[in-house]
Amino acid sequence: MRGTRLGDKLLHVYTWLVIVWLSSPIAVMILFGFNDKKSKSNTTWQGFTLRWYGELFDISDLTVALRNSLVIAAVSTIITVVIGTMLGLALGRHRFRGKGVTNFLIFAAISTPELVMGASLLSLFVSGNVPRDANTIIMAHVLFSLSFVVVTVRARIVTLDPSLEEAARDLGATAWGTFRQVTLPAIMPGVLAGAMLSFALSIDDYVVTSFVNGSTITFPLWIVGAVKTGIPPQVNVMGTLIFGIGVLIAIGNAVAARRRT
Amino acid sequence: MRRLTPYLLALPSWMWLAIFLVVPMVAMASVSLQTGNAIDGFAMTFSFSNYGDAIGRYSTQLVRSLFYGAMATAAMLVIGYPVAYWIAFKGGRRKSVYLFLILLPFFVSFVLRTISWNFLLADNGILFGTLKDWGLLPDDFHVLATTFAVVGGLTYNFLPFMILPIYVSLERVDPRVVEAAQDLYATRTGAFRRVVLPLSLPGVFAGVLMTFVPATADPINAAILGGTSNTMIGNIIQTEYLTNLNYPTASALSFTLMAVLLVGIFIYARALGTENVLEAAAR
Repeated sequence: MRGTRLGDKLLHVYTWLVIVWLSSPIAVMILFGFNDKKSKSNTTWQGFTLRWYGELFDISDLTVALRNSLVIAAVSTIITVVIGTMLGLALGRHRFRGKGVTNFLIFAAISTPELVMGASLLSLFVSGNVPRDANTIIMAHVLFSLSFVVVTVRARIVTLDPSLEEAARDLGATAWGTFRQVTLPAIMPGVLAGAMLSFALSIDDYVVTSFVNGSTITFPLWIVGAVKTGIPPQVNVMGTLIFGIGVLIAIGNAVAARRRT
Repeated sequence: MRRLTPYLLALPSWMWLAIFLVVPMVAMASVSLQTGNAIDGFAMTFSFSNYGDAIGRYSTQLVRSLFYGAMATAAMLVIGYPVAYWIAFKGGRRKSVYLFLILLPFFVSFVLRTISWNFLLADNGILFGTLKDWGLLPDDFHVLATTFAVVGGLTYNFLPFMILPIYVSLERVDPRVVEAAQDLYATRTGAFRRVVLPLSLPGVFAGVLMTFVPATADPINAAILGGTSNTMIGNIIQTEYLTNLNYPTASALSFTLMAVLLVGIFIYARALGTENVLEAAAR
């Protein structure tokens, strides 16, 4: 028995070591946002400063890139959530022809490597002479986020008792009324989870975007472009702020979910 | 009207998937069989020589990518399984907190995370620079631009995708089943090997699927952490497409990569037994 307890303790320590390893680059990112660097490179620690928080938007192309990323993520999330929720509803509630093919396509869209997806979209746009800009980025981002929204919404739908909807209809609700007042509130957690995932995937994407962007620069593209000349501390500060907001939303969500149950 | 509802609901997504997933694959297949260049234009030749040329020219990078992807996946399995196991069986009421900590890296952009990891490993960065100052490491010690850095970066970046599915499958294992095995005189390791491990295999399969494919095709880690001698197939495809505008070769390479990955998954599925596999993968 003592041996097993020692084993558990070792595994506990080991789990924490892995967590520390996973978090270490984040700690470095946050730390170097406060680095009072004198030379061009930002790789060694030279003292503490809050300067970069004050000069956050001083690099204009970086600010433009961040704004592009936010706009693209917002627009592609809205499109994805609307059409993805519709398909999730269809798959979770209805029998129809083409369901098997649809499921296969959903799976294919998740499992195609990003690189191949980006390359194939570029082939399409080149063959069709489609100019590449923010619109083509949005089309691509909807494509790779769609499956995730469909899967989360469908998972929520199948756990929802259909007799609730039947009851609403028996009480004289229209189809649209039933959807708005019964189905939608019940699947809302799934829809919101899908929306957050879709926004995160979009704002984070480098690989697919690098194929379809044309001359439009997003936040990850700007960072990769700046690697050779040195990453300015503003990038670390923006990363830190995005990280902080994301963590706060996630914690708020978890607390709200706990209160509801 | 009611009978039309599912079709109307599915229609927008169908159109999106058809236009941006199916048609592009067909377009890429067609480009991979053309010859020519971006200035004079391409012509359909239906010759498969692009495939032969591309594979011949880039076989080193193709093999290297599969090797790096496989090594990183194996490392993730070895590192991640015990973590998933401990959280599933011993995490208690804090399970969700541990899972949240495992997922923390995803709140930071993939690219930025890889660059921070590059900072951390830099020859004179805060880790190795300090150790060198203390005389604990020789001055010429370096990790960046080595195989170890790239495989380590891939392992780091995709590890949560390995831990989560294994955790989900272990979480479903009823502890009473393990107790029953021990009551029947199985040792602790025996119970693990004969009961827990087989029950977690669907999770292992899903984890490998979710990590091996993206790790093998990832161009970011090799670009940021590897030197010129560690380029992977992803970097080649990007360069051929975006810099050299050599679309036929790049398309042929993309299809080759997909085919090799599919064959790899198929062999792996056969080796593991396919019963729960599709179910696990669909999750």
